[in-house]
Amino acid sequence: MRDVFIVGVGMTEFGELWEKALRELITEAGLEAVQDAGVRGPDIDAMYVASASAGRLLGQQQLGVLALDEAGLAGHHVPATRIEAGDASGAAALRSAALAVASGAHDVVVAGGVEKMTDVLEDDATRALASSADMEWEGFFGATLPALYAMMARSHAAEHGTTRDQLAHVAVKNHEHGADNPDAAFPFTTSLESVKGSPPVSDPIRMFDCASPVDGAAALVLADRDTAEQLGGPRVQITATAQASDALALHRRDAITELASSQAAAEEAFAETDHGPEDVDLAELHDVYTIAELISLESLGFYEPGMAATATVKGRTTHGGDLVVNPSGGLKARGHALGATGLAQAAEVAAQIRRDAGERQVEDAQVGLTQAVAGTGGTSIVHVLEGGGEL
Amino acid sequence: MQVPRYWREQSERYKLVGSKCNNCGLRVFPRRSLCPDCRHESQGQMEEVRFEGTGELVTWTRVHEALSDRELETPYLMGIVELDEGPRVTAQIVDLDPEEVEIGMELESRFRKLGEASESGVVHYGYKFGPVVSD
Repeated sequence: MRDVFIVGVGMTEFGELWEKALRELITEAGLEAVQDAGVRGPDIDAMYVASASAGRLLGQQQLGVLALDEAGLAGHHVPATRIEAGDASGAAALRSAALAVASGAHDVVVAGGVEKMTDVLEDDATRALASSADMEWEGFFGATLPALYAMMARSHAAEHGTTRDQLAHVAVKNHEHGADNPDAAFPFTTSLESVKGSPPVSDPIRMFDCASPVDGAAALVLADRDTAEQLGGPRVQITATAQASDALALHRRDAITELASSQAAAEEAFAETDHGPEDVDLAELHDVYTIAELISLESLGFYEPGMAATATVKGRTTHGGDLVVNPSGGLKARGHALGATGLAQAAEVAAQIRRDAGERQVEDAQVGLTQAVAGTGGTSIVHVLEGGGEL
Repeated sequence: MQVPRYWREQSERYKLVGSKCNNCGLRVFPRRSLCPDCRHESQGQMEEVRFEGTGELVTWTRVHEALSDRELETPYLMGIVELDEGPRVTAQIVDLDPEEVEIGMELESRFRKLGEASESGVVHYGYKFGPVVSD
């Protein structure tokens, strides 16, 4: 397999972008990524475009072609494919693009992701999130996505003594990070009291434990080593891409206080590199609910089961700690633009490794990890990103 | 949910019918045409079984924010129940106050209305779980 490099990064702001259409969002992110890479349209060999809900909510399929066409590249007749893996779609598009370059099939590939949540009513947006769980045997009986994570949280509390206060610390920490992110949908700090006093959603999960669905797009340009060297510019190498699955329904899993798919993906990803969890400087994790960040930290191997909560409270998951978790603000503060999220995670890690992260720069960021999860863990996708060396 | 999709799964939802693998003895819910453990070896060996409807509460939550078709029911209790025969199901927990609910408590199934008519016009019925009242 060939080495794969991220040579260009582009991202729109995340938020309620009422004035922008889906096609404008993906074009904005894609153009920024292509210009950052210094490639031109005809250099692009293939495109993968992620969207979790466009087919369902907007009634639009063939999003890959739509993005290609908007970019003015329809006449080049290169392949463009939409990728769906629930709210891990963006990471799945990145993985597809990385494998396409690694295999030698293509030299320059764009991975894009876009979601347009504000064109539909809130109920439809919630439904789109819930559809990553098992609709017939969970959703039909009244289980929402937060209800399923709430049940994971209650079991985690019963096994490990996780407290309401500890959950709130995750949200407070991620908002502190997000306050320095100009692209974040919710760039403000919050307090433990605000989180614990926010309206209940599904006990013990409250409103400020939840990531909100927002609009946004992100895109990355990937290339093989020869192309990356010709282009010059800062390089970030994708040193591992791993994907793992588990039962669709939470009740079908052996354990519900861990994400076995994340554990499997992380083990495979670390095996592909020379690194273990202790070598990771920063991680963009799937904090769709506060409990999800704690369970992810444990399942990915950063902390022993039951130890992530105290580490978070002690400041071990922020600047100056063991590793910086969600320096962008995570899904919580940056916002969760489903199909764009996995790519926004990689864009953040790439920016950190390129020392482009401004106020939120992680000191000496060399090795970064991203983890995307669909639903309650039916799919997990892990990438490891590192500095790509001198030119 | 569309009519054919609902109709196909009536015996699961009305009578807790699942499958037993006669190759290894594993019981699964809902029905499956292949045993998840034996896979191809279970071909033709899967038998329909009706579960007793008694089990133990694994975990639970109280839902305050629901989708629009259940908005009027909130807050309601949801749980994962491990049936005595082995498989787990996700269901609403009824006839209990939140203060009375405990992980590990014995529950039994009830046949209840699950919601008002969907866009297809079908009124959905199925299982919920509550405290054990029968012997």
